[in-house]
Amino acid sequence: MSELTAMTLAEARDAVRSKKISSRELTAAFVGAIERARSLNAFITEAGQEALAMADVCDRRIAKGEAGPLEGLPLAIKDLFCTKGTRTTAASKILGNFVPPYESTVTQNLWDAGALMLGKTNLDEFAMGSSNETSAFGPVFNPWRAANSNANLVPGGSSGGSSAAVAADLCLAAIGTDTGGSIRQPAAVTGRVGLKPTYGRCSRFGIVAFASSLDQAGPMTKTVKDAAIMLKTMASVDPKDSTSVDVPVPDYEKLLEGGIKGLKVGIPKEYRLDSVPAEIDALWTKGAEWLKAQGAQIVEVSLPHTKYALPTYYIVAPAEASSNLARYDGVKFGYRAPGARDITELYEKSRGEGFGLEVQRRILIGTYVLSAGYYDAYYARAQKLRTLIKRDFEQAFEHCDVLLTPATPGPAFELGAKTSDPVEMYLQDVFTVTVNLAGLPGISVPAGLTRNGLPLGLQLIGKAFDEATLLRAAGAVELAADFRHRPTKWWST
Amino acid sequence: MSVDKDTVRRIAKLARLAIPETRLEPMAGELNDIFQWVEMLGEVDVTGVSAMNSVVAQKLKWRDDEVSDGNQADALMRNAPQGEDHFFVVPKVVE
Repeated sequence: MSELTAMTLAEARDAVRSKKISSRELTAAFVGAIERARSLNAFITEAGQEALAMADVCDRRIAKGEAGPLEGLPLAIKDLFCTKGTRTTAASKILGNFVPPYESTVTQNLWDAGALMLGKTNLDEFAMGSSNETSAFGPVFNPWRAANSNANLVPGGSSGGSSAAVAADLCLAAIGTDTGGSIRQPAAVTGRVGLKPTYGRCSRFGIVAFASSLDQAGPMTKTVKDAAIMLKTMASVDPKDSTSVDVPVPDYEKLLEGGIKGLKVGIPKEYRLDSVPAEIDALWTKGAEWLKAQGAQIVEVSLPHTKYALPTYYIVAPAEASSNLARYDGVKFGYRAPGARDITELYEKSRGEGFGLEVQRRILIGTYVLSAGYYDAYYARAQKLRTLIKRDFEQAFEHCDVLLTPATPGPAFELGAKTSDPVEMYLQDVFTVTVNLAGLPGISVPAGLTRNGLPLGLQLIGKAFDEATLLRAAGAVELAADFRHRPTKWWST
Repeated sequence: MSVDKDTVRRIAKLARLAIPETRLEPMAGELNDIFQWVEMLGEVDVTGVSAMNSVVAQKLKWRDDEVSDGNQADALMRNAPQGEDHFFVVPKVVE
């Protein structure tokens, strides 16, 4: 059955649609693969039986000629998307038993198109982390290991369960969320494709909120084409999210064709960091050459405020998080600490026991930068920096159509390697976070291996709502990179 | 600007977060590392720059002022840690 799970979403779609395979066969293959891969801890909640029952419904619809665009295709869903009747935890003790009475718009769009859910994937608690190590449900292991090593590596984060699931062929594709790099970074360090759409492209309704002005849902897939297929279905304008933007959603898959002749690709010089290993720089240079060889024009551009992006993010995101997470009070839903004598103690104990260390840290940062006397020095200043960072991109895009950068400052690292130093962990997002602050679309594409045999990605950044051009450029990188490496299946029992 | 143990205690109170006494000192250290790092924002001249309010330029949407949802009390109570009928039960608030 391994051939079935190795298929891309596009291949599986065509095979199911033409009745070469049934959704039942396909789904059963994934359910089996998930059961054999429990050592990766990629899923918080498995939904194999429900998936198989849905597959039968899908097969009947296909037989009747009523198939939707994703009919019968099994997906993995980050456990930050509310799924009606299926526990949604945000990988937090505070939501450990939460069963949403409603469905997120993005997942509803997928189910309406005929897709089915294999389970809910692990993540950093409330999506706060870059290694999936802050999860209350334990860390996830990267399917990849360095050559001649048995050391477990992190799958990136926060969408680490989703990245591991796609990398280990436990689903056709997964969905994640990206607030500072949480789709692109985990995809890059697991050798897969991760797309963060423009802010407002996908509805945020029903996604457990982290930082509302930065959060965006997106696909994590095996190929660029699969990302194009997924985005077409995930994107929509939604009356339940006033920040979802009413612009047409094109057929991204069709728009992949046509090549990149004449495309102007900007290389932002500020992304060349001394702290980054030479092999990342070399891959970046190679990426530019690949695009040039396919007819693109390479131009150097400047994004002068790049180095201020991460510190800006670590004011804006915790500020919004401290506000969003105020709702977890032990009263209406979620964890309630036992033995509280009064209502204030109930709040304090429930939150103190329910939130993990990193979430508490960010709530405190956020509370501090919003508190009287510090608001102007921190929060107001960060919001001005954000304006400057966005302006940098607007000026750069006067000279180019997309930007090419590294995706991460390094490959996957060992568990525990960065947990003692928060700032060191935050630096994982140095190349991805600017995109969230500016609301732009970004995609990471697997592009090569380190000397130790670990995957590295390249990132492309597009203009707002121009995911079509972004995907076309990403397709060109994918074509040239011809990344066919696969991890050894050490995890399969 | 440096965060000390008392500051952590104060902001934890504002955030309604019970932090054990033994965690206050280490937390102050961690927050200081982070705040020292974000200090670099001070070197940027932001005179005349407006603060960002919305990352995508668009008018806030309006909808008709009519009921579109409701009567979900049962569904809302299902996740309550403690409830009776359609009420959330909490420790005594008013003496």
